[in-house]
Amino acid sequence: MLSADLGIILPEIVLAVYAMLALLGAVYTVKDGAASLLVWVTSGLFLALAVWIGLNGAGTNIAFNGMFVDDGFARFAKVVILVSAAAVLLMSEAYMTRRGLLRFEYPLLIALAVVGMMMMVSAGDLMALYMGLELQSLALYVVASLRRDSLKSTEAGLKYFVLGALSSGLLLYGASLVYGYSGTTLFSGIIQTAVHGDLSLGLLFGLVFLISGLAFKVSAVPFHMWTPDVYEGSPTPVTAFFATAPKVAAMALFARVMHDAFGAAVSDWSQVIALLSVLSMFLGAIAAIGQTDIKRLMAFSSIAHMGYALMGLAAGTAFGVQAMLIYMAIYVTMNVGTFAFILSMHRDGQPVSNIGSLNMYSKREPGKALAMLVLLFSLAGVPPLVGFFGKLYVLRAAYEAGLAWLAIAGVIASVIGAFYYLRIVFYMYFGEERDDALDSSRSPILWGMLMASAVIMVVGVVNLFGIEGAAAAAAATLVN
Amino acid sequence: MSVFAFYLFAICTIAGGLFTVISRNPVHSVLWLILAFLSSAGLFVLLGAEFVAMLLVIVYVGAVAVLFLFVVMMLDVDFAELKAEMARYVPLALLFGVIILMQFALAFGAWESNAAAEGLRAQVVPVDRHNTEALGMILYDQYFLLFQLAGLILLVAMIGAIVLTLRHRSDVKRQNVLAQMYRDPAKAMELKDVKPGQGL
Repeated sequence: MLSADLGIILPEIVLAVYAMLALLGAVYTVKDGAASLLVWVTSGLFLALAVWIGLNGAGTNIAFNGMFVDDGFARFAKVVILVSAAAVLLMSEAYMTRRGLLRFEYPLLIALAVVGMMMMVSAGDLMALYMGLELQSLALYVVASLRRDSLKSTEAGLKYFVLGALSSGLLLYGASLVYGYSGTTLFSGIIQTAVHGDLSLGLLFGLVFLISGLAFKVSAVPFHMWTPDVYEGSPTPVTAFFATAPKVAAMALFARVMHDAFGAAVSDWSQVIALLSVLSMFLGAIAAIGQTDIKRLMAFSSIAHMGYALMGLAAGTAFGVQAMLIYMAIYVTMNVGTFAFILSMHRDGQPVSNIGSLNMYSKREPGKALAMLVLLFSLAGVPPLVGFFGKLYVLRAAYEAGLAWLAIAGVIASVIGAFYYLRIVFYMYFGEERDDALDSSRSPILWGMLMASAVIMVVGVVNLFGIEGAAAAAAATLVN
Repeated sequence: MSVFAFYLFAICTIAGGLFTVISRNPVHSVLWLILAFLSSAGLFVLLGAEFVAMLLVIVYVGAVAVLFLFVVMMLDVDFAELKAEMARYVPLALLFGVIILMQFALAFGAWESNAAAEGLRAQVVPVDRHNTEALGMILYDQYFLLFQLAGLILLVAMIGAIVLTLRHRSDVKRQNVLAQMYRDPAKAMELKDVKPGQGL
């Protein structure tokens, strides 16, 4: 029995064992000299695992008495997580080396965080959920304060840690209430106790606390306070990582808990999530307007985008989950490109994150400016680009589920949010001439990621690269 | 007798928790906290969970509380100022506290867990086994995966502590234990026979 279970979680085991062996190997040999190599090997392993999981998995497999669920939904989320983590890790190498931050622990901590994320999306039990979440969060706290001589970076790490611990506390409190009222921590058991569509009052309390804890992790309003500071203070590659893979994992976990454990009481949680969604969209859109730091701006942008993804979840239908998955995949692709651009923003060898430095960027680097323009339009949801279709899906899901007001609010928020994306475009194309120009970047990886992401935003319009069907199949395994 | 013990421990726990919050001196707060831990350990013994009780005493009283005590005594934190800062939020905190208390009264007042939940609440501890033994049985069997994950989490914590604090400084002369052990008198000193009346 154990060997069958181990076979199901083999990808996770491979990654965890790799991280431990590589750690030992690097410690006993060249230490930080191996960092660059480890970045490449880790990224390669991520991609290999993504291919393995994407092509090899079939059906729904349950391991460890239901604590670990390997279904289409988990596989979809894992592939997105692994690919985005690999992309961000590759992008970070040059930046980290230049700043002297490339320690050999960095890729290994990322690998362990990814193991945690893979456990999260496959969790079938409240305890497994918590373990995955903590494994992920703990590794992220460390990488947030990786630049330990910088006040801002350590502050970011500490802030993230304290608020993360608080949210874990809320989550655990909710989990203990749910356990107390349902008598089990297994999702498959919890859903049986709520079988007639109404939850007992205690279970409802637990549910609300669980949602609060999870909302912290996806940085949905009103649990978003940590996001701008952490995004600004962390080293930029780490910020890029925060904005991609962990968001997918947390969102997938959110959907998993809501549908697997409380799927029988959709009306109870749908309204809570709809509220989180509408608040996030508006706060993200309005608060970003005054930002001059592009990392802070991306933090508010990610809050707004989480609002849209939550809209799909709030619909409470299989189509809603499908829309959420598509939205997250598109969001991650856009963010990888945007952060590739941010990582290449340098002046005199120092990273710059001020938006004003982009004045008349199009004159100096027309190609990159055009790619960034496409990405920003896509982030804003301007029609012919892929980002628009992501928004269209979640709006349709909300509308079809009878949440027309939420869909209308989403449209209004996206119009407001378009302002700050377009402001960057304005600076790049019509800004005033300045003599303190940014250095021209030489990194082929960053350039490649930026261009690839921009091209996907344009070419993907044809058929979204088929993720539509994959997401539909994945959502069908979660919601039935 | 056990009812008396229960009330004794329960009152001590609540009093300990209360005085942890309201006592003026932070060192007293930690001592009250230790009382709260000890009396909750007593409550666990009454429940028949002696392993958890021991864990509470060893981990929380033995390690965590002592660590708190060290931190409180060694860090130069001006608690009076902190308290004054906190005092401004007392009305708001009271409001939220009362609201949450009322909500919980509501929730626990309507305590109901449906029949399916009762069925799922299995007997975890077998009657014929020790507590510790029973815990070990499920920890390494049923919860094997979680146990391993906990190990990974601790590994990450360890790596994190090292990454964030260890500094290799090149300007410091370090002790080389191996070189020290392989030293012998022949390498370390040179014997000279100094004749009287002559220098070296």
